[in-house]
Amino acid sequence: MFAKLKTLAAAAALSLVCASAAHAQDVAVTNARIITMGPQGTVERGTIVIRGGRVTAVGADVRAPDGVQVIDAQGGTVTPGIVAVDSALGGLELSSEVSTNDVLQSSNTLSAAFDVSWGLDPDSVAIPVARLGGITRAIVMPQHAGAAALAHEHDTAGAGAGGFHTPGMFAGQAAAIHLGEGMDIIVQPRVAMVAPFGAAGANIAGGARGAQFVLFKAIMDEVRLYQRNRAAYDRGGVRQLMLSTADLEALIPVAEGRMPLVVEVNRASDILAVLRLAREENLRIILNGAQEGWRVADEIAAARVPVILNPLADLPGSFETRGATLENAARLHAAGVTLAFRDSEGGNYRVRETRIHAGNAVANGLPYQAALEAITVNPARMFGLDSRFGSLQQGRDGDLVIWNGDPLEPLTWATQVVIRGVPQPMDARNLQLARRYAQGGVYPPAYRN
Amino acid sequence: MRLRSGVAIAALLAAALAACATTGGTTGQTPASSSAASPAPLLQGLDPATTLDPFPSTYQPLPRRDAAIVGATVFTGDGRRFDNGVVVMQDGRITAVGGADTPIPAGAQRIDGRGRFVTPGVIDAHSHLGVYPSPGIAATSDGNEMTGPNQAGVWSEHALWPQDPGFNRAREGGVTTLMILPGSGNLFGGRSVTVRNVPSVSMQGMKFPGAPYGLKMACGENPPRTYGARNQSPATGMGNVAGYRTGWIEAQNYRRRWDEYRQKVERGERADPPTRDLRLETLAGVLSGDILVQNHCYRADEMMLMLDVAREFGYRITTFHHASEAYKIAPVLARENICSAIWGSGWWGFKLESFDGIEENAAILQQAGACVVIHSDDANLIQRLNQETAMAVSAARRAGIEVSDEQAISWFTLNPARALGIADQTGSLTPGKRADVVLWSAHPLSVYARADQVFIDGAVAFDRSDPRTRAASDYELGQPGREPR
Repeated sequence: MFAKLKTLAAAAALSLVCASAAHAQDVAVTNARIITMGPQGTVERGTIVIRGGRVTAVGADVRAPDGVQVIDAQGGTVTPGIVAVDSALGGLELSSEVSTNDVLQSSNTLSAAFDVSWGLDPDSVAIPVARLGGITRAIVMPQHAGAAALAHEHDTAGAGAGGFHTPGMFAGQAAAIHLGEGMDIIVQPRVAMVAPFGAAGANIAGGARGAQFVLFKAIMDEVRLYQRNRAAYDRGGVRQLMLSTADLEALIPVAEGRMPLVVEVNRASDILAVLRLAREENLRIILNGAQEGWRVADEIAAARVPVILNPLADLPGSFETRGATLENAARLHAAGVTLAFRDSEGGNYRVRETRIHAGNAVANGLPYQAALEAITVNPARMFGLDSRFGSLQQGRDGDLVIWNGDPLEPLTWATQVVIRGVPQPMDARNLQLARRYAQGGVYPPAYRN
Repeated sequence: MRLRSGVAIAALLAAALAACATTGGTTGQTPASSSAASPAPLLQGLDPATTLDPFPSTYQPLPRRDAAIVGATVFTGDGRRFDNGVVVMQDGRITAVGGADTPIPAGAQRIDGRGRFVTPGVIDAHSHLGVYPSPGIAATSDGNEMTGPNQAGVWSEHALWPQDPGFNRAREGGVTTLMILPGSGNLFGGRSVTVRNVPSVSMQGMKFPGAPYGLKMACGENPPRTYGARNQSPATGMGNVAGYRTGWIEAQNYRRRWDEYRQKVERGERADPPTRDLRLETLAGVLSGDILVQNHCYRADEMMLMLDVAREFGYRITTFHHASEAYKIAPVLARENICSAIWGSGWWGFKLESFDGIEENAAILQQAGACVVIHSDDANLIQRLNQETAMAVSAARRAGIEVSDEQAISWFTLNPARALGIADQTGSLTPGKRADVVLWSAHPLSVYARADQVFIDGAVAFDRSDPRTRAASDYELGQPGREPR
C-alpha cells in the first residue's frame, strides 16, 4: 500500500541521514544477483561493498564489513546505474516554457563554446523521477536549433564577413552529471561537442549538405590556424576568421581529436560522408541517431565509431530515415559497432523508459548482455568516463540499482537506487501525487501531504 | 452497433431532448426521415437526413479460412483467462472460446498456440496515422484545420492517407482497429473516423462499417496557443468555454429549425428548409447521441468544466483523451461512466497541463472502477500498447494497488472498444464478435512479446513467420533498405 511505501521511503531517508552521520557513502548490498558489467560478469548470489562512495568488493564470498549499512536485496537483481545519453536532465523543466530551457540557445556569436554545465539545475523535479527509474548518470547534451522550421525563419546563409548567422554550426558542449541528491551534480563538464548533420546541418550552411561539409572543413582549418597563431591572432595579424574566439578555443580539443564530436545524422549516405570527414580531419566522432546505420554497419565498425540510437525508431518519418528498422541495433551490434541507447523523447521526462527500449532491442535480435552494455558501460566508455562509472568493479563509483526482476521488463521496478554509495530516497513528486489521490480523506487533497 | 436508420435517430433525438427539457427545445416528434411523404424533396445533398453516410465503408475482409488457436494462454479481454485455451474463428467471427475441452469444428485449421498467448486485437482509441503520416512533412500535415476554433465540419477521413507506412507497423504490433482523430488546435477539431487496420487504396476500404463518428473537442492550452497568438478567440480558458457554449447554442437552434421544417412538411404545410451546415450537423449529431464526444483534456478542473458544459446542453462525453489528471477525479469519471484514454507510462512535463501526469493514473482509475484506455497518440507508441499497459501495471503494483493481468489486457482491447462505441463488434473474444485476434510470442505484458500472428475478421493480416503477409504500402516500395525486412 501507499502507506507502506511512504514508510519505506521514510526509512530510506532516515538511513540516509544515519549514513551521512556515521560513514558517508558506505553501504553494502547483500543477497543479490549482481550483473557487474565488469570483469566479474554476473555473480549469481553475492554481496557488493561500497566505501567512501566507491566499490571496494564484489563477489559471492564477500562479507559486509561491520558498521556499514546493509541493504538486503532479497534475491533481487543488481545492475550498475543506468547512464542516460542525449539527455536534458537538469536543463529543461517544462518543454513549452522557454525560460526553463537551458540546453538550447540561438546566439549569433556563440556556437561551439556554449557549455550546458553552467546552467543545469539540480532541483529539477525531473531528476528524482528519472532516478526512481534507475537512471544514475546522464550525458546532458545541448540541443540544436537547426531544425527545418527554424531555417525558414532565420537567415542561415552561413559564413560571411559578419560571422555566423543564427543558428551556429554547433549545438555546444555536453556535460556528464550524476543524479544523486545534492547541489553538486556535475561529474564532468565539456565531455563532448555536439553538431547536427543531415538536413538540419545543411540548413545551417544555406540548405545543402555539400555546403555544410565544406563549411565544416573551413572551420577546422580556422581552428588549426588560430591554434598555431594565437599570439598573432591577438595582435590582429591573422586573416579575419568566421568564428568567435570563444568558439575557436572550444573547438581546439575537437580538432585535436581529444574531445568527441557527437554527430546527429541518420541517412546512410550522410553517415558515410561524416565518416570520411572524420577520417580526413582526424576527428573522434560518435554517431547519434543513425537510423539507417545498419545499412553501412561494416563501415561504421571499421572506423571504430560508436553509435547512440533509439532502438524503437522504425518509421520513415523523414527522407533521412527511410531505412529505419527495429533491427538496427541488432545488426549494428552484429557488425561489431559499440552502441548506447537513448530514449524517444529527449532524455528528460520519460528517460526512465530507456531500459524498456533496451528490452525491445533484445526482442528484435540484440543479445541481452549487449543491451545492458548499451545503457551502462558503453555510454560511459564513449565519453571517456568508464573508469569512473558504468560497471560494478573495484574502484568504480558506487552507483547501483536493485531491481525486483529483469531490469529490461516493464513489470519490474527499482526497489533501491544507490548513487556514489548513497542510498537515494525512493520518492519523487510523481509518487507524492499518486499517494495524495489514491487515498481518500475528509479534507481536500491539499491537506494530504 | 449504432444504427443508422431514421427510427433509431428519432428515438435518440427524443431521448436527448427529454434530457435537456430546460432548454425549452421543440416538443414535437421528429419524423423518421425525409420520407416519400415529403411533398417537395430537397435537392440532392441538401437534406442531412438523406445523406447520413456520404462516404460509406467499402471494407471487405481479407481472404480467410476457419481456424482454431489451441493450447495458448487466452486473455479474453473482458476479464477472463483460459490456460491451455482454445479460440475458434469461423466465417470471420469468434464462435467459441474456452478451455482445452472446447470442441474444434471439423475443417478448421489448427494453430499451435502452446507456450504463446492470445488476446483480442489491439485497439487504439487515439491515433493520427494517415492524417499525420510518415513522412512527416508539410505536404502531409493534415490533422489540424487551424483556420477557426470551431471546425466541427471537417472530417479526419477526408485527409486520411491510406499509404501511411505507420498502419503496417501498427498491425505488426497487434493493432486491428484504431480511431483517427483530428488534432487539438481547435475547440471543435472535427469528426474522427474508426478504421479496420487493413491495407487499402482508399480510406473507405478501411472504414469500420457502422462505427459511430466521434467529435474531437479540445480543452486547455492548445486552442489559446493557436488563436491567442493571432489575436483571435479563444485567447484564454474563458474563451475556450465561451466557444464551446456558443457552438452548442447554435447547434440546438439548428436542430430546432430542422425539426420545425420537418413538422411542417409532415403536416403538409409550406416550409422553407434550413440551409445545411456541416459544422452544426456534426454538433447536432452529438446532441442527438449519434456522434460520440472524444474530448482532449489534460487537467482535472477542466474535465469538471466540460462535464458541466455537457450537462448544460444535454450531451454525453464518451472519453477524455490524454487525461493526465484523470486520477484526481477518478470517482467522478467512474460515476459518469466516462473512459479516460491515457498514456500508461505517464507522459508528462511537455507542458504545464501535463505536469502532473503520473504512471499511477491507470491504477487509481481502475481502483475507483473507472474505464481505463491505454492510447498512443503516437505513430511509434501505437506499436507497443501492450508494453505501455505493462508500465502502468508496474506502477500500480509498486504502489500496492492490485491490478490483475486480465484487467490490464482490457485496457487496450475491450475498453477502447467501449470508448469507440464498437464494443458489440470487437474488443473481446466473445462468440459472435469479429474475430480480431493477436497471437503473442510471450506474455503480452512482457517486453519480449511480439505479435506473431494478427487476425482481422478471422483473416491473417500479419504472420511474422511468413514474409508474404508483411504488407508494405506503395510509399515503402523501392525505398532504401526495404528489401531485407
